[in-house]
Amino acid sequence: MNFKTIAMATTVLCLGFSAVTAQETPQAKREQMMKQIGGSVGALGAIAKGDKPYDAATVEKSLTTISTNIKAFPDQFPEGSEGNSEAAPAIWQNNADFRAKAAKLGNDADTLLASLPADQAAVQKAVQTLGADCSSCHQTYRMKK
Amino acid sequence: MASKSSKILAGLVVLAGVGAATAWALTKPSPRPDADWANLGTPDLVKGEQVIWAGGCVSCHAATGATGEAVKVLSGGRALPSPFGTFHIPNISSDPHAGIGSWTLAQFGNAMTRGVGPEGEHLYPSFPYGSYARMTPADVNNLFGYIKTLPASSNVAPPHELGFPFNIRLAVGGWKLLYFNDKPRVQLANADDKVKRGQYLVEGPGHCGECHTPRDALGGLKTNLWLAGGPNPEGKGSIPNITPGGKVKDWSEADMVNYFQTGFTPDFDSVGGQMAEVQQNLAHLPQADLEAISAYLKAVPAR
Ligand code: HEC
Ligand code: HEC
Ligand code: HEC
Repeated sequence: MNFKTIAMATTVLCLGFSAVTAQETPQAKREQMMKQIGGSVGALGAIAKGDKPYDAATVEKSLTTISTNIKAFPDQFPEGSEGNSEAAPAIWQNNADFRAKAAKLGNDADTLLASLPADQAAVQKAVQTLGADCSSCHQTYRMKK
Repeated sequence: MASKSSKILAGLVVLAGVGAATAWALTKPSPRPDADWANLGTPDLVKGEQVIWAGGCVSCHAATGATGEAVKVLSGGRALPSPFGTFHIPNISSDPHAGIGSWTLAQFGNAMTRGVGPEGEHLYPSFPYGSYARMTPADVNNLFGYIKTLPASSNVAPPHELGFPFNIRLAVGGWKLLYFNDKPRVQLANADDKVKRGQYLVEGPGHCGECHTPRDALGGLKTNLWLAGGPNPEGKGSIPNITPGGKVKDWSEADMVNYFQTGFTPDFDSVGGQMAEVQQNLAHLPQADLEAISAYLKAVPAR
């Protein structure tokens, strides 16, 4: 009995959730993904600069967010979703290269996750590696509004 | 685009109407006196390297797609599209035939600060000498000395593909008459040495205004909107306002320096567009120079 109610509630919740995401535009979704990536680099940057003490859990969580989001990111660009965003037309003209740039960041994040940066100096190096991936994609595929 | 180029044409016709002789007197190439390039002594190669990063020469003159140390081979060959046609960037490596290895300092200096080529011809302002004109002869000497230490390349770039009348170098004389000068872009009362250094770097070698200042229909900078940003000529989007009237008013000097060194904004967005290469170049500059640039950007009039 109790079980059934819970199961029902979960179904309703799921329905509710998918209804909400279905209404979300691809623009809003991918900008949210990038915002979270930015937030994660921010958390790593605070450790790199010494504003926050080294914390393995934060490092792992941030790298995981970057890895997860960047892998899903290239699928958020359906035809016709160029407007009202900072996405450059080159994303559609040169999609394979765009995806390769996303994969590069994904791989670099995964490599770092496999042997987690263990102190402030290692986090500094990690931020440098990731930063180069960010700007090499933004250089061609993002145009400030 | 059509209306833009027809306006430019109209401007040139007016100039032609001034009378051929007067027009020639007003618009002929004007190199600097030879004395400006004499007795500058042995170039300081460390400073010369800094000038090359401040000047961003590699962003245009390195081979397409070059990264890392390879950007120091100034072989040319990149295509630079513009409303007037496509420019093919020349080889300025130390090669004596294909590059500038056999040029004199005066030839190099007049190209950099007057837009005058080695045969006395006008150079196109897509080479941003309209900004480099503010460079000191000492820095030009250091830069030339440093370029000569970089690898030679025998690459020869194809000729520019420009439509009439832009394919006529003489026409550049009209543009220079209207827009070329080597005066400060803004008057800053009570500027201290740090701000003055920043002014030199931004208005001179850094040529930041070439992108961050909007242009009029003839391609001249709207200097009353100095560094105010505007639509991106590369198409979609815009170039940000970097005066205290723009978003950067909330950036501290340290934020700005960090952006130039790492490419990260204070809210951990990452640099993109044409600024990505500029940032990679600026990251080579001494911290004090980046602080000076930041101080100048805080001191210019808000737009
Ligand atoms: C594969 C390409 C790619 C990579 C790699 C990438 N980005 Fe982005 N980023 C984009 C694009 C495209 C946009 C614009 C999205 C839009 O407006 O639809 C963007 C937008 C952003 C934004 C603005 C989001 C908003 O609208 O508020 C931030 C912040 C950001 N990126 C941070 C980063 C950081 C930090 C990294 C590196 C860890 C990174 N990005 C790596 C392509 C990329
Ligand atoms: C925005 C792109 C750009 C940048 C940055 C740039 N140049 Fe050039 N440069 C050009 C173009 C385009 C030409 C060809 C002009 C012409 O044919 O009239 C050129 C021509 C030249 C020439 C004349 C070459 C010849 O054979 O006539 C020299 C010398 C030169 N550049 C040196 C430099 C140096 C040194 C720097 C850095 C301080 C620099 N350039 C930065 C685009 C650039
Ligand atoms: C080739 C064109 C170009 C040149 C030259 C250039 N910029 Fe930029 N700049 C840009 C573009 C485009 C952006 C937007 C970057 C982005 O999309 O992330 C930008 C962004 C910036 C920003 C960040 C502003 C913001 O609101 O995010 C600063 C600060 C800046 N530039 C300073 C400079 C300085 C200082 C120089 C000279 C040393 C310079 N720029 C030269 C094109 C240029």
